[in-house]
Amino acid sequence: MPPLLELTEVHARYGQVRALHGVSLAVEEGEVVALLGANGAGKTTTLRAISGMVARDGGLRFDGKALPRTPEGSARLGITHVPEGRGILAELTVWENLTMGAYLRRDRKAVRGDLDAISDELPWLRDRRGQQAGTLSGGEQQMLALARARMSRPRLLLLDEPSLGLAPLVVREFFGLVRRLNETQGLTVLVVEQNANIALDVSSRAYLLEVGRVALSGSSDELQRHEGVRSSYLGY
Amino acid sequence: MSALRISPWGVGATLAGALAIVLLPLVLGDTHEYRFAFVGCYFIAALGLQILTGYAGQISLGHSGFMMIGAYTTGILSIDHGWNPLVTLPVAGLIAGAGGFLFGFPALRLRGVYLALATFAIPIALAAFVKKYPGFTGGGSGKPMDQSLSGHEAYLRTWPIAGVLFVVAWLLLRGRLGRAFRTVRESEIAAVSSGVNLALTKTLAFGISAFFAGVGGGLFTITFGYLSPVPFDITLSILLLVGVVVGGLGSLIGVIFGALFIEYVPLYAPDILGWLEKPFGSPLDPKRAGAPAAVYGFILLLVLYLVPSGVAGLLRSALRFVDRRVKLSPTQVAPQVSSTRREA
Amino acid sequence: MSQFVQQLVAGLGEGAIYASLALALVLIYRATHIINFAQGEMGMFSTYIAWALITHHGFGFWEAFFLTIGISFLGGAAIQQVVIRPLQRGGELTVVMATIALLVILNGLASWIWQPDEKLLQSPLSGGTWSIGDVAIPQQSVYDFLVVLGCVILLWAFFNFTKLGLAMRASAVNPAASRLLGVRVQVMLAVGWGLAAALSAVSGMLAAPAQFVFTPTFMQVYIVYAFAAAVLGGIESPVGAILGGLSLGVTINLLGTYVDFITPEMELPVALAILLIVLILRPAGLVGRVAVRRV
Repeated sequence: MPPLLELTEVHARYGQVRALHGVSLAVEEGEVVALLGANGAGKTTTLRAISGMVARDGGLRFDGKALPRTPEGSARLGITHVPEGRGILAELTVWENLTMGAYLRRDRKAVRGDLDAISDELPWLRDRRGQQAGTLSGGEQQMLALARARMSRPRLLLLDEPSLGLAPLVVREFFGLVRRLNETQGLTVLVVEQNANIALDVSSRAYLLEVGRVALSGSSDELQRHEGVRSSYLGY
Repeated sequence: MSALRISPWGVGATLAGALAIVLLPLVLGDTHEYRFAFVGCYFIAALGLQILTGYAGQISLGHSGFMMIGAYTTGILSIDHGWNPLVTLPVAGLIAGAGGFLFGFPALRLRGVYLALATFAIPIALAAFVKKYPGFTGGGSGKPMDQSLSGHEAYLRTWPIAGVLFVVAWLLLRGRLGRAFRTVRESEIAAVSSGVNLALTKTLAFGISAFFAGVGGGLFTITFGYLSPVPFDITLSILLLVGVVVGGLGSLIGVIFGALFIEYVPLYAPDILGWLEKPFGSPLDPKRAGAPAAVYGFILLLVLYLVPSGVAGLLRSALRFVDRRVKLSPTQVAPQVSSTRREA
Repeated sequence: MSQFVQQLVAGLGEGAIYASLALALVLIYRATHIINFAQGEMGMFSTYIAWALITHHGFGFWEAFFLTIGISFLGGAAIQQVVIRPLQRGGELTVVMATIALLVILNGLASWIWQPDEKLLQSPLSGGTWSIGDVAIPQQSVYDFLVVLGCVILLWAFFNFTKLGLAMRASAVNPAASRLLGVRVQVMLAVGWGLAAALSAVSGMLAAPAQFVFTPTFMQVYIVYAFAAAVLGGIESPVGAILGGLSLGVTINLLGTYVDFITPEMELPVALAILLIVLILRPAGLVGRVAVRRV
């Protein structure tokens, strides 16, 4: 069985600036994979290449088929990308944001069921359903982004720097939820993180990007013990 | 935008243009000399709009209004007060310029869109004033100038002035002011942080631009021999903007093509449609009203799609192409082209 | 007093027409952040279509009315796809120039196809007056107001209670994030242009009988008032555009009645003066809030 997502020798550029120089990686169904690296290593670009936000070349296969080149297209295949900055629809209400998560779904009853289940889990979503999403705090927006992503019942969830600008406690709560969703519902996740500690904690495998290439890969335990990773990315 | 540096192409084009203007009366008949006098008036007004839109990056749909101010200054001073029409032109420019400067003040508080919308109102409001005070302005039906000119006379009055104003525009834009304008166009944030007084610069751009339009309007009235609000409706504003884009945004010499476009497209529009009629067939008579406007609009759209840099940009790349052909032997051409592209 | 009430109603009727056109401008501005200078001419062209349907093809007014709205919707969507979409990369100035080109083209085409002479749009909405005591209420103004009110309610319901309307708002707020949710933003933009075209068709079909006869330039005055109304309302606010249009209509009508200086040809300059004063005092418009500017 082929992996759910497979990238072979993927190149991408912004105008004249090349950002990816042949990235190869794979994500199996049901696993959480972390993508680590310094600023400008190409982590965000890799996610954008997968969801079609940036023009790219090379082999990109999802479920054995070639990936479409547009965000709309990859969303239709079940790839849900929570972009840098969370992609909240700021002027829409909390509830409208959640509803938009299920935009591509036709099964109205199941959507309503998911909406209930998610807001049972996070009751504040229901309490503040009419509030403009842009007025939420950063942490709340990140939780809303994840809740909205769940509304689409993703086959693959792409998370871009979810910890950025959040308090440590909120970061822990967020990743705790990601891990729980993976364990209980088999959610497949590819997460880009600068906070390598927490990313390696939650993931089963990881890739380390350096200047647009995969420099190192392995199980998260291996990477946590790796001398170079420890000194450069984990800070001990 | 290299129009401000003294590029060989710019000098060459300007000299060629100047030579053509000097020699044209020898070949043109009186009818076309007359038309070329109007081209000169449009050229002057469009120079002003080019300064505002092409350099300072502000859209104006009000320039026919500033032309109208100039036209009425010239008309009233020469008809009612016996001034020599040519002497009224600096006054026409200054009053229109003051109008533009004053308009710039409230307009300063407006962002780009609001500004464009506000300018839309200028010619409409001015036309209403003309009709409101017929004793002073001659009203909606207007009044004749004392002197009506032959095509040749009009040509000789218009083009020397156009030439002088072209040089004035060039001198203005190559200095500090031009640099400030371009900074405002590229980014207001950068302009402020590099010490450009945004408010003053924008207002000044409006004032200078309106000065040119005022002189153009005054000359228009002298050439036309009749003072009337009709030629200065919103359509003329639109045509001036179209002319500037067709000529090439940010190119002073390109304005001449824009001015030719404004004057001559309506004349040849039925012919253009006639050619289209042959292969496609058309139930519409190309000589009917509205046909020129439709052709105008379609040409503008085509320019936006195909040559966003306008006629000036097209000429520049054509010259560059020829230049390369001349300098390189044929065998070198292909690799040279691809390697420069890679470096860029 | 009776004159005051009459002029108030007449002002609301006129204002409703400005409001519907202003709303069309706001729809496109919110979605794409450009001003569609061709909005008035789109309404003018639609009015000619309605006139041709009635005069040459034997349709009744209401059949022609709704058919024209449908045609205009498709036309507006087509304009977005064919003309605007390919130019979007060229930047704001290019797109604005394209709408100006459209203005010129539509105006030229209308004169070319239908001749520039005066036409009469027979409308069951134009007509007499209702007398209440000594007050003569102009029926047409009431009808105009009600038709526009109906359109506004329909649009409001569409944007708030349908999935498509929600997706359109989402893509106006954050197009990139909306695409990631699977929204085809270009389709949303086409629908937005379609709706704007349909709205301007309504305003044209109401304005033509209100003016008695119409020519290809008849919407140019209305579009200036609509610009003013949209700006008064803060350009991004649908509610603001409606309030702006209505208050402009009422103000102009009352000033025209009670101030001798303001003859019909002075109404437009006065309206613009009001607009400038409001903008100087409240740069974000009457109901708008001042957006944070990064300058």
